[in-house]
Amino acid sequence: MKAKQSLTDSEIAAIEKEILRVPLPRAACIEAMKIVQEHRGWISDDTLTLLADHLGMSTAELDSIATFYNLIFREPVGRHVILLCDSISCYVMGYEKIYLTLSDLLHIRFGETTADGRFTLLPNVCLGACDQAPAMMIDEDTYPRLQAQQLAHILSTYP
Amino acid sequence: MEKPLTQHISFNRPAFHLKDYERVGGYEAFRKCLTLPPAEITALVQESDLKGRGGAGFNTGMKWSFVPMTGDYRHKYLIANADEMEPGTFKDRMLMEGNPHQLLEGMMIAAYAIQADISYVFLRWAYRKAARLLDRAIAEAYEAGYLGSNIRKSGYGLEMYLHTGVGRYICGEETALLNALEGKRATPRSKPPFPQISGLFGQPTIVNNVETLCNLPPLLNNGPDWYKSLSRGQDAGTKLYGVSGHVKKPGLWELPMGTPMEELLQDYAGGMQDGYQFRGALPGGASTDFLVHQHMSVALDYQSVAAAGSRLGTGTMIVLDDRTCPVGFVHNLEHFFAQESCGWCTPCREGLPWTEKILHSIEEGRGSPYDLELLSTHCQQLGPGHTFCALAPGAMEPLQSVLKYFREDFENHITYHRCPWRH
Amino acid sequence: MADISIDNIPYTVAEGKNLLEVCLSLGIKLPYFCWHPAMGSVGACRQCAVTVFKDVNDTRGRLMMACMEPVRDGLYISVNNASARAFRAQNIEWLMTNHPHDCAICDEGGACHLQDMTVLTGHAYRKYNYPKRTHLNQNLGPLIHHEMNRCIQCYRCVRYYKEYAGGRDLDVFAAHDLVYFGRAHEGNLENEFSGNLTEVCPTGVFTDKTLRQHYTRKWDMTMAPSICPHCSLGCNVIAGERYGSLRQITNRHNPFVNGYFLCDRGRYGYDFSNQPQRIPEPLIDNVVATPEILFNKLSEIVINNKLIGIGSPRASLEANFALRQLVGVENFYQSLSEPETELTKKILAINQSGTIHTPSMADIERTDAVLILGEDPTNSAPRLALSLRQALRNQPLEEAESIRVPSWNDAALREKIQDQSGPLYIAYPRSTKLDDLATHTNHLAPNAIADWAFALAQLLEQPDSPPASLSNQNHADLMAIAQTLKRSKRPLIVSGMSLFNEQILQAAYRIALALNKQDQKTDLALILPESNSTGLALLQAPSIEKAFSRASNESIDGVLVLEQDLYRQFPLEKVDGFLSRIEHLIVIDQIHHGTTSKATIVLPSTTFAESSGTLVNSEGRGQRYYAVFVPGSEAIRPAWSWLNDLRQIKGGLQVEELDQHPDLLSELIELLPEFAGLDRVGPKPGYLIHEQKIPREPHRFSGRTAMSAHLTISEPKPPVDTHSPYGFTMEGYRGLPPAPLAPYYWAPSWNSGQAVNQYQQDFNGELKENFYGFRLFPGPVQTPVSWSAEQPENISNGDIELVPFVHIFGSEWLSSLSPGIASLAPKPYLALSVLEATRYGLEPDIEAKLQIGAKTFTLTVQIHPEMPEGIAGIPYQIMGLTGIEWPSFGKINPETS
Ligand SMILES: Cc1cc2nc3c(=O)[nH]c(=O)nc-3n(C[C@H](O)[C@H](O)[C@H](O)COP(=O)(O)O)c2cc1C
Ligand code: SF4
Ligand code: FES
Repeated sequence: MKAKQSLTDSEIAAIEKEILRVPLPRAACIEAMKIVQEHRGWISDDTLTLLADHLGMSTAELDSIATFYNLIFREPVGRHVILLCDSISCYVMGYEKIYLTLSDLLHIRFGETTADGRFTLLPNVCLGACDQAPAMMIDEDTYPRLQAQQLAHILSTYP
Repeated sequence: MEKPLTQHISFNRPAFHLKDYERVGGYEAFRKCLTLPPAEITALVQESDLKGRGGAGFNTGMKWSFVPMTGDYRHKYLIANADEMEPGTFKDRMLMEGNPHQLLEGMMIAAYAIQADISYVFLRWAYRKAARLLDRAIAEAYEAGYLGSNIRKSGYGLEMYLHTGVGRYICGEETALLNALEGKRATPRSKPPFPQISGLFGQPTIVNNVETLCNLPPLLNNGPDWYKSLSRGQDAGTKLYGVSGHVKKPGLWELPMGTPMEELLQDYAGGMQDGYQFRGALPGGASTDFLVHQHMSVALDYQSVAAAGSRLGTGTMIVLDDRTCPVGFVHNLEHFFAQESCGWCTPCREGLPWTEKILHSIEEGRGSPYDLELLSTHCQQLGPGHTFCALAPGAMEPLQSVLKYFREDFENHITYHRCPWRH
Repeated sequence: MADISIDNIPYTVAEGKNLLEVCLSLGIKLPYFCWHPAMGSVGACRQCAVTVFKDVNDTRGRLMMACMEPVRDGLYISVNNASARAFRAQNIEWLMTNHPHDCAICDEGGACHLQDMTVLTGHAYRKYNYPKRTHLNQNLGPLIHHEMNRCIQCYRCVRYYKEYAGGRDLDVFAAHDLVYFGRAHEGNLENEFSGNLTEVCPTGVFTDKTLRQHYTRKWDMTMAPSICPHCSLGCNVIAGERYGSLRQITNRHNPFVNGYFLCDRGRYGYDFSNQPQRIPEPLIDNVVATPEILFNKLSEIVINNKLIGIGSPRASLEANFALRQLVGVENFYQSLSEPETELTKKILAINQSGTIHTPSMADIERTDAVLILGEDPTNSAPRLALSLRQALRNQPLEEAESIRVPSWNDAALREKIQDQSGPLYIAYPRSTKLDDLATHTNHLAPNAIADWAFALAQLLEQPDSPPASLSNQNHADLMAIAQTLKRSKRPLIVSGMSLFNEQILQAAYRIALALNKQDQKTDLALILPESNSTGLALLQAPSIEKAFSRASNESIDGVLVLEQDLYRQFPLEKVDGFLSRIEHLIVIDQIHHGTTSKATIVLPSTTFAESSGTLVNSEGRGQRYYAVFVPGSEAIRPAWSWLNDLRQIKGGLQVEELDQHPDLLSELIELLPEFAGLDRVGPKPGYLIHEQKIPREPHRFSGRTAMSAHLTISEPKPPVDTHSPYGFTMEGYRGLPPAPLAPYYWAPSWNSGQAVNQYQQDFNGELKENFYGFRLFPGPVQTPVSWSAEQPENISNGDIELVPFVHIFGSEWLSSLSPGIASLAPKPYLALSVLEATRYGLEPDIEAKLQIGAKTFTLTVQIHPEMPEGIAGIPYQIMGLTGIEWPSFGKINPETS
């Protein structure tokens, strides 16, 4: 995937709005990364540098922040990102089985993307659905009370 | 039984719009506050003995009282901590998805009390529904004139923004949260100076938990005496209690503070599922000590749970049953903590991965008796005050208690070189 | 003062410090990593834990990080109780879980803070038996080697590099136990102070790459206190040698000058002394001469001939003075052009005048508002720029006093003041590295800088009658600047002679005087080009042009050029013309250059590390450097020693009668009152401690008897040093010498450079005894400086005005011969504004011709949008761009050649 050579107008407009809320542009850097990631799926080295320039930061400064957080993707991800909760309630309620099933269905492990670029599978800390464990998110949708046999169907709804 | 936190929440219908909330008395408390001197509100809250629901249980009004009320500040900030990433915890989510306006009103009251002019909801990214509802609620509040400048001609102005985090448990720690909001790495800050004095962008700041803030509208409407009268235990008010694990009816309930553990487990969570036996429970999220059978009658309030050797924490309980390996259980927890260490201080950054590796090798049957000694050493040396923030000491709470109550299970793993729960 | 108890011993200590500082200055061995005396505390490493008790009756106490605990009266603590000791040992054990067992092949080994601290805590046996995490290393350029696996994540490197030094290309990445310290991508570190990482890093992650080329353990080096010869600030350094070559420069703490840090030119410039261009033997007509032939030839030239001498701003005071005495004051010139001579004279006059304070670097760090006129300090006086960065925190910090956080609580203060920075105004033709901190920058041509500054001066002198010629915008800016400077408690004006513009200097002086009227708290720092520019200026010699014209008017038999390449300074035809009129040219220098190739006689001189001498820095501080070693060849001698021989030969002495050790400094002081007191720069030559010399070699020095076994089986007699308090071997005084005399920092248990804390009473403060050099300013006779109304006209002939841009790497000759520095020096470029580039039809990165006088240079075009029109910038005196006289004009792409 080759990054675009500049930030798009709509990206810039959204970023500028965030910058207005904070005392200095760099303070909006996390919002800015989210905005760009929403448009591009992930943040490539080129994108990172573009963004850093826009915010008056160095690439290193921005990457230092980007790499600290879990949900800023510095490597390409699939069209859909599966966040499977691997925390304690889901552990007790059998997330491992869900994981193995997903892994079988998609032929990937945690941290990997399917060959067709459709799904990336990531472990995630507690999704706050502990009373409905095990749980996962695909993109913006949360799936509670997962059972292994549902998974194939759920996945099929994500083209 | 009064349920001031959840009275307007029903999952059979969508969350209230501002108008609906106003119809049931919403924003009355804030409107009343606008006519009172800020210090009076702080005093009322302090008197009510509302304690922070973020886990530490510090008197909320007292916390506010450290904010300087004179002097020249560029801004003052009020932040709702909606990062909720403590494993096993799902209470703030319900409050925000159920009735976002109550949180907003609580924030407005708190902001007014400290005379903050900017407020943030720091929400974890995964709470998408809450994000949509909060966005909508904030827009409605602006439209209705509860936010913006010169609110209801009081001369008081408040801006409110929603910030969704990009993941990392440490962002919930209030000073790390400030760094995250400033667009920095979310490593905690040293205290003193406390955020009340030098917080977001170096300005006076209060960070309160969502549940704490949701208490404020009813509290202000009904007064401290009423608030205290809600409780059955040693601390005031009601509390959201949750139960997860192999119970019949996992869920979340608003109950009087001090409801005994047994009542919560039996009457509300419906007892253990068939075929499962209760072995113990973390009473308030991943970083609390186990309570076991002998603690069934413990009242779930801050002081009583502390007396039983644990912490009320977030009040959301995780149950360990007899078909789940305690070693695997605590290994899962330590894996979480090791991954979520921010990497700033030595003991946490290096010590947690070590405990994780030890637990993993015990779980896989490669442990040695000496490993138990090493684990105990870690529990001691990663204790409060040894690390920079409370993450690592929190991580040691389930570990030290599991070693205390389920030591035999560890020894069995070591003796038989395998996990008895995995064939 | 506070009365405290540490392990049941009562102490009375100063309040306001933290417990770690207190313990260290009491000599209590408390380990630490993240704390740094210049950078304060953040409490990250958790290594400095102590137990704090409520009172005498508290038996349990609480573990606290000493670096985060302020001292208060009645404090009752234990450093050595079991629980604090156990925790510190555990903490080291954690750090060591991922640390490789590679001390034996690690550059840091033997001078490693982590090693020292590990031994201190007693952690010895590994209980961790899982795989270690590993990282990839990065190529960080020619100066610094990166070995990330050794990292103990103390965060000092990023704190230093980003927050202290303002670097932006080194950072911390990722989280938890994977945190990584490096660049976003491989490549040269961009900050000019990156070398300090090697000292700031407590282990072997960042190490000196140049040392790797000729690696030697610290304990195997012969070391002596020295002074950096590469700019006018005179930073104090420790220089180390083995097998006859200079191996390493490290920082030597001088609280008034460089504190804990050096610039990269100073740290890595030393390698010039090991280069093949070094002159090993005396030459007559380019042929090696035996001592007898040399003596005869020298006698022939020196006796009964009319000689003139040309002194050098990079030669020691002793050498310049010896030359002056040899040729006579009326025949002594300096290797500076007329404008340069005038500029240095003016700077000297201002500094001596007593009308304005000349600040030390420590003073500079205390100022709170800065105006820079016509200098780019990062390049022309690098270490000063680092001090300016610290000074700019003072005003915001003062505002932060309301939160009552002690000054050492670094993180808390940075969070409070955020990105705020005190007022900084810069007027320079192009952007500089300090622009990121500037309140206001004004990119102007040199004369326009002067005009702008004069207008400011007038606003300050007569607020009621502002200069008429100003535009409204300029007026408003200037008013704001004037107001801020006036409000400042301690303003600083920085200027100098890099742009060869005397009016800028005059304006700077007027501004400083006007501000000083208020409360006498204004500082004026004037930057000079070379390590001994001030010392030479004090000798008051006429410019070389006076020598040139004299040579064309009268016959001169011989010229003695001291440590300088005239071809580098002046146009070829001028130097050729001058030399053609002279029969005998004697050049004394360390390295071959254009002038040595023309010399009748070349006398090889020692480098700063091979001899002792005195330099006077831009602050007027005379400082002494000491020989680290005696050069392998006896024929290489200090310039002053050659010159003194010549004086004696001239006086009729024979070879065997020559006295090697005259006390030139005493002679100088006696003769010239300006130098009174200069003998206090260091101890008297006969100085002994307990009847012993201070050894230059650590007591663990190895292989002494074997080092020359391949040449001779008996150990040669070590050289005797009668000039200094130092002996050349490891024999001598075993205790810690007085701090300013320490030839290296070592103390029991402290093998790394951090042993410096054992020499100090007070961090950031004075060392235990006082030989910090001697300040010659203000002078004995004090008079305000006046300027003649007339200003020299620069005639342009329609040529474009050239502006010299000084570069930290490349503009100073000696350091530019060190391979590491050379590789970082810019290639010849022509810097133009957009307008000017359009005018000449030039685009970035293409080649352009620039004709200066008779010479044409080929340069690569750079376009600087911020530059004003009407000027073109070229790098000052870099390789390939020498022989240009300043100020200068040129023709871009001349029609014909
Ligand atoms: C590692 C760590 C994570 C935390 N996460 C949260 C969180 O997600 N939500 C929260 O409200 N408090 C969290 N806290 C507690 C906060 O630091 C802080 O005490 C709380 O937000 C204060 O609000 P309160 O006074 O209303 O309880 C966390 C603390 C630690 C040490
Ligand atoms: S205990 Fe230390 S490393 Fe762990 S999260 Fe807190 S500050 Fe970071
Ligand atoms: S030196 Fe005190 S915590 Fe690092």
